[in-house]
This record gives sequence, C-alpha cells and structure tokens, in this order.
Amino acid sequence: MSKRQHISAVVNGDPVDFLTDPGATLLDALRDDLGLTGSKEGCGSGDCGACSVILDGRLVCSCLVLAVEAEGRRVETIEGMADGSKLHPLQQKFLEHAALQCGFCTPGLLVAAKALLDVNPDPTESEARYWLAGNLCRCTGYDKVIRAVMDAAAELRQVRV
Amino acid sequence: MSHVEFIAPTKPEQAAAALLAGGAHARPLSGGTDLLVQLRSGRLPPGLIVDLKRIPEAIGIRQEGGGFVIGAATPGAALSEHRALGLAWPGVVEAANLIGSTQVQGRASMAGNLCNASPAADSVPALVAARATCVIVGPGGRRTAPVGSIAIGPGRTSLAPGEFVLEIHLPPRPARSGDAYLRLIPRTEMDIAVVGAGVNLTLDGDGVVTEAHVALGAVAPTVLLVADAGAALIGTKADEAALAALDAAARAACNPISDKRGTIEYRTKIAGVLARRAATIAYGRAEKRA
Amino acid sequence: MSDVLERPAAAPLDDGQLKVVGTRPVRPDGAEKVTGKAMYGADLALPGQLVGKIKRSPHPHARIVSIDTRRARALPGVKAVVTAADFPDLASEEYEAGESASNLRDLSLNVMARDKALYDGHAVAAVAATSSAIADEALELITVEYEVLPHVTDVEASMASDAPVLHAHLFTQGLAEKPSAPSNIAKRNEIKRGDLEAGFAEADVVVEGRYTTAAVHQGYIEPHACVASFGADGQCQVWSSSQGQFMIRTYCAKILALESSDIRVTPAEIGGGFGGKTTVYLEPVALALSRQCGHPVKMVMTRDEVFRATGPTSGAVVEVKLGAKSDGTLIAADVVLKYQAGAFPGSPVGAGSMTALACYDIPNFSIVGYDVVTNTPKVAAYRAPGAPISAFGVESAVDDMALKLGMDPIALREKNAVRDGVKASYGPTYRNIGYVETLEAIKTHPHYAAPLGPNQGRGVAVGFWFNVGGESTAAVNLNEDGTAVVISGNPDIGGSRASMAMMAAEVLGLPVEKVRPIVADTASIGFSMLTGGSRTTFATGMAVTQAAQKVVEDLKRRAAMLMDVAVDEVEFVNGAAVCRDPAKASLTVAELAAKAAQTGGPIGAQVSLNAQGAGPGFGVHVCDVEVDPETGHVTVLRYTAAQDVGKAIHPSYVEGQVQGGVAQGVGWALNEEYIFDRSGRMENPGFLDYRVPVASDLPMIDAVLVEVANPRHPFGAKGVGEVPIVPPLAAVANAVRGAIGRRLTDLPLSPPKIRAAIDAG
Ligand SMILES: Cc1cc2nc3c(=O)[nH]c(=O)nc-3n(C[C@H](O)[C@H](O)[C@H](O)COP(=O)(O)OP(=O)(O)OC[C@H]3O[C@@H](n4cnc5c(N)ncnc54)[C@H](O)[C@@H]3O)c2cc1C
Ligand code: FES
Ligand code: FES
Repeated sequence: MSKRQHISAVVNGDPVDFLTDPGATLLDALRDDLGLTGSKEGCGSGDCGACSVILDGRLVCSCLVLAVEAEGRRVETIEGMADGSKLHPLQQKFLEHAALQCGFCTPGLLVAAKALLDVNPDPTESEARYWLAGNLCRCTGYDKVIRAVMDAAAELRQVRV
Repeated sequence: MSHVEFIAPTKPEQAAAALLAGGAHARPLSGGTDLLVQLRSGRLPPGLIVDLKRIPEAIGIRQEGGGFVIGAATPGAALSEHRALGLAWPGVVEAANLIGSTQVQGRASMAGNLCNASPAADSVPALVAARATCVIVGPGGRRTAPVGSIAIGPGRTSLAPGEFVLEIHLPPRPARSGDAYLRLIPRTEMDIAVVGAGVNLTLDGDGVVTEAHVALGAVAPTVLLVADAGAALIGTKADEAALAALDAAARAACNPISDKRGTIEYRTKIAGVLARRAATIAYGRAEKRA
Repeated sequence: MSDVLERPAAAPLDDGQLKVVGTRPVRPDGAEKVTGKAMYGADLALPGQLVGKIKRSPHPHARIVSIDTRRARALPGVKAVVTAADFPDLASEEYEAGESASNLRDLSLNVMARDKALYDGHAVAAVAATSSAIADEALELITVEYEVLPHVTDVEASMASDAPVLHAHLFTQGLAEKPSAPSNIAKRNEIKRGDLEAGFAEADVVVEGRYTTAAVHQGYIEPHACVASFGADGQCQVWSSSQGQFMIRTYCAKILALESSDIRVTPAEIGGGFGGKTTVYLEPVALALSRQCGHPVKMVMTRDEVFRATGPTSGAVVEVKLGAKSDGTLIAADVVLKYQAGAFPGSPVGAGSMTALACYDIPNFSIVGYDVVTNTPKVAAYRAPGAPISAFGVESAVDDMALKLGMDPIALREKNAVRDGVKASYGPTYRNIGYVETLEAIKTHPHYAAPLGPNQGRGVAVGFWFNVGGESTAAVNLNEDGTAVVISGNPDIGGSRASMAMMAAEVLGLPVEKVRPIVADTASIGFSMLTGGSRTTFATGMAVTQAAQKVVEDLKRRAAMLMDVAVDEVEFVNGAAVCRDPAKASLTVAELAAKAAQTGGPIGAQVSLNAQGAGPGFGVHVCDVEVDPETGHVTVLRYTAAQDVGKAIHPSYVEGQVQGGVAQGVGWALNEEYIFDRSGRMENPGFLDYRVPVASDLPMIDAVLVEVANPRHPFGAKGVGEVPIVPPLAAVANAVRGAIGRRLTDLPLSPPKIRAAIDAG
C-alpha cells in the first residue's frame, strides 16, 4: 500500500485537511474522508456527471480527479450551493419544475447548471442541453430539467439588473 | 487503485527524471480523463503518476512567432475561451472541444488525447491537418516532432522512456486559411468518434486552394494524413468535382476495422462524407479570413 | 397483473371540489435532494464497516471445478470470504413477489453461482475487508478453476437443437407432450381466439414482418448498494436502495434460511430502478459476509458490474402477420415472440404476449411466446416488462398495414380500437378505459398536422400496460398540533411521497405542507409489495386515502363527543368538524388534535389492503425525426405523448413519468444495446458505449394527460409509470420509415444500419 498523503484544500469556502491514498479520487475523498456524500458515483469513469464539482472555477468530474491533485485548490460541491438555509435559485427552480424524480443525478446537474450560468447567464435551450450532455438523467427525459435551468437563468438575470 | 505514487513537479526536467526513474509503469498526467479511467478499470497497472499541471510551460496558451504554443496539460475549456486561437484555428479548437462533456473539457488536454494514442482521438486529425508540432522533453533534453509522429499504433507512442510532450505548436497562419473538423457519433455528445475528418486549407486571392491537408481518424491504427485527398482540393475552388475526388481519395485511404462502434464498410463511406463536409466548412472559413 | 376483480368503489371525488389533488406542490423530500443531503444506498457509513466485493466469472458458460479462497483469507485485513458453499442449497420453488414470479433456487444461484457460471459477470465468490484496496487484492487471490463450456447469447441460436444446454434439468413447459430432452426453451405460452386461418382467408390485405430488439438495460444512474449487519443474536439489519424493502427482506430470508422477523430492512433513497431493483443481488451476500465476521459490510457495485450482472431486459425476435379487410378492419393477427431470459427462466414474454394485441379488437388471433435461457445476465423487470418489445413488432406491422391500405395510421387504430365492453386479447373485459380519447388527443394535437421538411418523417404508435394493485399498508397519524404524518412501505422512486401526502391532505382537509410523508422500514409499517407495476399511487394511495378517511371518521366521533351531539350530526368540511346545529362552534383538525387526550388518546389509523381494479393505461405517441441521408444519423425533432392517466394526482410528476419513459424508449429505439464479443463477454459495460440518451439528444417531450377516471380509485387514478415506454420503439421506427421510405426492423436503429438501408435503395 502506498503511503497516504496529507492534503490541504478549500472546500465550499472552508479550509479542509485530509489524508488520502495517492490513487484515491477526489470523489472518494469528498464522500469518504470529508463526509460530503452529496456528490454521487454513477459510473466512476466520467460518463454520467453525478460526481460533478467545480475545481478552481472549472466544472469537472470528481471521479476523474485524484484527491492529491486538490492540494491548494478550491472545490465547490452541491453542499455549498445553498446560502445557508436559502436555496440557490437553481435548486428552487428544480423543485418548482419537478425537475427531479429519483434525485440521484440532481446534485451533479445542479452543480453543472450553476457552472453554466456562471459563464453564460442567458443560454439558449440548445446551449443548455449541450452543456449538460455530460450529466445523465435516466428518469426525467431532461424536459423539466432544461425548463428549470432556463427559468433559473431568467430569474438570476432579473436579480442581476 | 492501490500502489499509486504521485508527484507534481514544477520543472520539466524534474518530470522527465521522475518518469525515467519510475520505469515502465510511470505515467505523465495531464487531465487524467484517460489515465484515471484506465487505472481504475485495471487496463493500466498502477505506478508512478507525474502530474504535469504544476509546470508553468505545460499550462496555458501563448502567441509566439506568429503561431500558438499550447501547454501540454491545457484543458479544452481553456482553448475555447481563447479568442485569437479560435479565430486562427477554429477546426483545432472545435476538435478539442468535441472531446467528452463539459466536465471532461474542464480537464482533458490535446497532449493527453495525442499521447493516449487512440485511433479515434478527436483533436489529432485536426492537429495533423494543421501541421502542428510538439516539443518533447526527455532525459536527453528537448526535441521537436510532428504531431503525426507521436502515435504509432493503438495505445502506443514513439516517446522514449522519460519523454513527455511539453507543448504543442501551431504554425503561423497565412491569410485566407481555414480549418474544420467533423466527426460521426451515434449520439450528439459523449461518444467516441466512429470516424473523424480534419481539413486545413489555404486559398489564393481568387479562391483557388493552394494548400490542403486532410487527416482522418478512426479509420486506421493511427490518424491518417491523406495526401491524395489534399491533392484533390489543390488548384480547385472546392467545387463538386473536387469534393467528389476528395471523397474518393479519403475512402481509398481507409483501412479501418469493424468493431462495436462501426463496420469497415460504414466507416469507409463516412470518411468520404465527412472529409467532403469538413472541406466545405474549411473553405468557407478561409474565404472569410482575410 | 389481473384486472379481473370488479369491485364497486366510492365514486371518485368530483374534480371541482379537490383542493390538493391535481395541484403541483413542491415535493416534501425535495429540499433534501437538491442540497445533497438525501441518503442513497452508498451514502450510509456504519462504524466499523467493511468493504464487500464480488469476484465474477469472466466466462459466459463454465463449470466451476474448484474455488480456492485460502490465500485470500490469509491476507491481512480480509475478514470474510464466501462462496456458494456458505448459502443453503435451495429447492426449486416459485415465489410470487411484485411484477414477476421468481424461482428461489434460481434467485439464489444468480446471487452466487454454485456449480456453473452462466454468464460473464456471474458472482462466484465474495470478500469483506478493511479497505477497498485490500478487498480488490483478496479477489485476485481467489483462484477459481473453470471448465469452460460452449456458450450461447442469441435468443434464436439458443433455441436451436444443437445449442449448448444451460440447465440439464430444464424441459420446455407448455408443450402438448413433455419433451424427451432438456432445452433452453423454458416455456411456450399461447393465447388464441377465433379461427386464424379463416381470418387470413377473409383478409384483403396481409402484412408480415420479423422484428428484432437488442437486450437493453434499465440504466438507473445509481448502482446497487447496501450495508448489512448481522448481529451476534442472529438479528440482522439491511440498509439498501431497492424498489421494495419487504422484497429485500423476503428474498434475504429465503436465500439465507432466516426468519423474516430477524431481518429489518431500511429503505435508502433510491436512485432509479425502472424494475431493475425489484430483486436482490448484493444484500444476501453482504449478510452472509457479515454473518461470517460480525462486522457491518457495505457493498456498492461498479457500473461495469451493474451492466454485466444486473438487469437487463430481453433481446428478442418478434414475428407478426396481420390481415385486414380493405376498409381497414383488422381480422387476423399471428404473433410469435421469442424472448431472452438470460441465465435463468423468466423473461417477460408472458406480459409481452398479453399486451401484444391489447389495443386492438381482432376476432382471430394467435400469440405464441417462448421463454429462452441464454448465457447472458438474468433479465430483470424493466418498465412495462415485455410490452415494448411486442409493441415494436405489432406497431411496425400496423404502420405498414396503414400504408398498404392508404389509411391514416390513427384512423386505422381508431377503427380497430378496444373500447369499454370489449373483451381484451388477454382475457378480461375493458371498463373505463380512455384509449379512444387518447387517440383523439393526438389526432387533434397541432403536432399531428404540422408540416414536415425534407428527410423528415413522422411516426405514430400506441401502447398498453395493465397496471397493478396489490398489497399495501399505510398509516396516517395526527400530531398534537393538528399536522399529520403519512407512513407507507413503498420506496419513493419518483415523487410518490408527494402524491401520498397530497391524497392524505385532501381527505384531512389540510394544506399539503402540514402532512409529512415518510417511507418506513420493514419493522415500522405493515407489509407492502414493492414499488413496481405502476402500483404505488394506485394501491398504496388507496391505503393512505382509507387511513385518512378512518382518521376523519374518528375526528367526527371525537368532535361529536366534545360538542355533545350525535355523530351523525357532525360533518367534516375543509379540515373541520362542523355540526348541523349552527349554534355549535366547529372544531378544526388542530383543535381536535389538541384535545385528543380528552377524547380517547392519540389519533391515527392504519390500513392494510389488497387493492384491485387498477385501471389499464393506454398511450398514443407521435414522433418526428430527421435522418441525415449520408450518415444515417437520426435526430428526434419533436415528440408528443398522450396517455390516459385516470386522474393526475400531481400532474408534474405524471408528466415526468411520461417524459422519462419516452426518453428510455427513444434510447432503446436508436442507440442502446448489449454487445457481446465472440467469447460471450459484454463489450460495452459503461455509459460511453452503452448509449443512453443525453440532454442534447432529445427535444422537449410534450406530455398530454388524458383523464378518464378510474372509478375504483378514490381520486380516479390509474398507474402511469410504465405505459410511456411501450410506444416509442415503434413510434421512432415508423418515423424513420417515413423519413427514408424503407422499413427497418432491427433495433437499435443505429446510423450504420440506416445508411445501409438507404444504400440498399
Ligand atoms: C466521458 C469521456 C468522454 C470522452 N470523450 C472523448 C471524445 O469525445 N473524443 C476523444 O478523443 N476522447 C474522448 N475521451 C478520452 C479523453 O478525454 C481524451 O483522450 C483526452 O484528450 C485525454 O486528455 P487528458 O489530458 O485527460 O489525458 P490523460 O488522461 O492525462 O493522459 C492520457 C494518456 O496520455 C499520457 N499523457 C498525458 N499527458 C502527456 C504528455 N504531456 N506527454 C506524454 N504523455 C502524456 C498519459 O500518461 C496517458 O497515458 C473521453 C473520455 C471520457 C472520460
Ligand atoms: S461518477 Fe463521475 S462521471 Fe459518473
Ligand atoms: S432524477 Fe433519476 S436520474 Fe435524474
């Protein structure tokens, strides 16, 4: 067994420290070492997006990042999305539009959708669909997911002006 | 993934030395979107991972000598954000951006795509058509090689022990040049190319093609630069007859396999179709780029 | 799946009076799920838990000569190793649970192979260790000696007389004479009516086709996961994500020869199932490991394991011959269905047969089905099990018939549509069905008349599903402040907590936010069949409604006591007990709850029932596609799905069911398939090459809800979750036919096949 390494990072704005096997993924570290089980593992190979997090401002699959790579980096997960007990507009719109059924894909979709709206506040439906193509949802057929994202984008634009 | 060792050097020479010392199971890590999948599935034995992302030269896009230098570990998302690069090499950027999802784009690099040596790698036909080169660092120092010389077979590269790609160089761009890359996948996203085609061409003032390079992916063990296909365009205005000749030349060059993603027959036909369509797009772009 | 028992029930509440049912409140478990707090199967961590992993056969068919686990056991950190020797060798016994019967011996052998590995991925041993890495290493140290046998994965190849036989004890059932030799055909079933030959003799037009579908997986995004803990006193706990905690309990008890009272199963949130989580894979193994070492054991499948060893549904061959009069009257139908069952008998060919012609009133027909074992993972239920496959064949043939007759495809279906009073092809007589209304909804939908561009085509197809009722328990407890808790025993797979709370709130006259639903463990609520068969809103909803009604009766009694009047003087209106005598002040639920101690103590009721009369559902879909004639790539441009839902309790979640079913059906039609290499190994056990639809593959999906009330449900509900996956296979194929002018009969309709069809001219 390789020696565990000590990693310091910032997760959802808070400094964290953990020990990790060099072969472990960031998803493993989040879920098993930091107790942040909101990021899900649907495939472990980058294909489903359920593990989506934002790493230093970029949307990534945490199952395709080594935990040791997080040294000194900023990680944002679903657990950091709401402002305390106030839901992010995307979370609120997902609820209002019934954009989740089983909810397993939902954390990843929300994180990915937030990353989209951070760079493109006014996406077209097609842009939203392509941006989210790495987030598989088997329950909803995406219809309500896309509606929720578009509606949240509209609301966020309102807030901005 | 037990028994993995990890280091993240900040100097290219340190990385080369570590890779050499690490032996057969030492691997450079760029975005990890191939490497981690392969380690996890057991296709690759665990060993030393040398992360290149903390080497300054391996990250970012720089304009140099009229061309572009792209750090080996630069993720696809950074390519799409670079305006000048997108204007000069839209085909290369669109090829790199076709790799995987938004999430994969946050990590995946062109050098990783190249050194993974999959015949279906999306950015490679575009880079080959662009006549891109790469700077390779190894225990013996630095050397430059054409992108097309890196992969020598599925999963195999010409890199010597300890060597890795530090930078990819795109040459200076003459006026009235354009490139394009198209691929065929069954879905609209998240698929490995059944066939890919990159076309890069330059026109004279009358719109006649003076230089053309056509590269095909997933139709042979490595990406093919099809000289006959390029020649079919030169001296023409990419008219119907030229495109038909291009289509035929592309098909003639194919040497694909039948597998879960496509048959020999289908891949061959589609190589012609995509080469034709990519040429039309590249031609349109070249006309617009004064 | 019987829809025979007729029981008059109270007429559904008049729509005009409904305050909660039919609205779209935010689901009660929503906030947990959008913040990442909800606990799914893999999210639980118990103190001292070990990691359990399974060693799987790399061979599709092999005799297990020996298994040597000594080196694995000796590895430091390894706490338990099990093989089939650690499970009782069960006798063959059919056991009815949920949507399909299972043979307990087969179930147990699927969980852990004993003498033979029957598919690539079949479990042969398992370990529990202190870390994932150690568990992996231990698996490597287990040596299994196999005698590799010839294998067969294709359904028709498996039916051939020279095919390698999977089970020496398997003799085809349903034949006139008991066969003399074992075969891979487990069963032949037949449904007949009228005189087939005479029917075809009368026909003016005949169409015929042979259609094939590939095995496809349910594709839930959450891999199977559980934690199991075996106590020193023999009492066990299991936490797992499944479609039924009681199903898990029963199967674990049977497979491990335990008593149900010794197993407590707590349902975790479930990340999708679609039928695929109506059986056990990990739980008995985790319990066996835990029993051996005394530690809790957590097991989580990888995606590769999910594909190789769970699900899928059958690959199949469907042969259809239809005869019609020149006016469009269908007069004869001959359907032959051959369904892959996987390693053990039990394909959904029975349901495929029963549904094949369920939308049509045809006087002469024969439907013959074959259940065929193959060296592929044992099939599991998948949304309307069996029905999409037979519908693909029948609806393709009906489309060809419409073309041949020069009739509009909806008009042809309308002309032959089943209606109330018609005897269904599978037996019972239809009542309160909304099929014709659903056809009408599509016929008059703007989509149906919208113009098409070049290389575009439009396809129509219809589909049917029985919907089931069955056994459910629910309790409604009033809290001291007049709020309420609804307790049920059905995992919430797609918003059922919301509909349970809504139905209770409606009856109690409370705002829905004052009613909190929970899904209880097996020790905290009475038995409930699993969430499957589109039964939960219907059957469990019925139990919830009746429990709430009991509470209301009790509230009236208590109010009468407090008002000092006779019970029949009191009515329950809008959440308050109101006395006929206007001089008496009304008492709200909150007021009555506050006085519970004075009127007899806590207020609550529990109802257990076996619900009958789930109304069958019908769907009519129309799909537009565009085909790239050079590449054969298909783009779905527009999709409209109308369905008779009885009454939509929460319309958003009903629409969601329809949209999700359509998406799965489109994937089945276009891109999804199990691909086996020549050695019988699955070549695409991952989401990159097993291509479920992604967001950019689909347009918005217009769900049109047709409400023809089911009088046997208190609010008129019918099951809705399964019907929507039945029509899309043929709707897409019919649209492709429209676009390219040729019929494709083999799913998936991948680009190479389409281009080849175009080239064939
Ligand atoms: C979900 C998903 C979808 C994908 N879709 C596509 C697709 O559409 N098209 C496509 O082409 N690919 C696709 N891929 C594959 C992969 O993303 C690409 O090949 C990507 O470009 C690899 O880049 P990377 O930086 O992540 O490489 P890494 O994984 O870091 O490296 C890949 C290989 O190259 C070696 N390597 C990395 N950097 C260097 C270097 N600088 N010098 C020498 N060797 C190096 C590594 O050791 C490894 O062997 C997909 C992968 C996933 C997970
Ligand atoms: S778990 Fe990371 S993409 Fe599926
Ligand atoms: S809601 Fe179940 S996978 Fe998306």
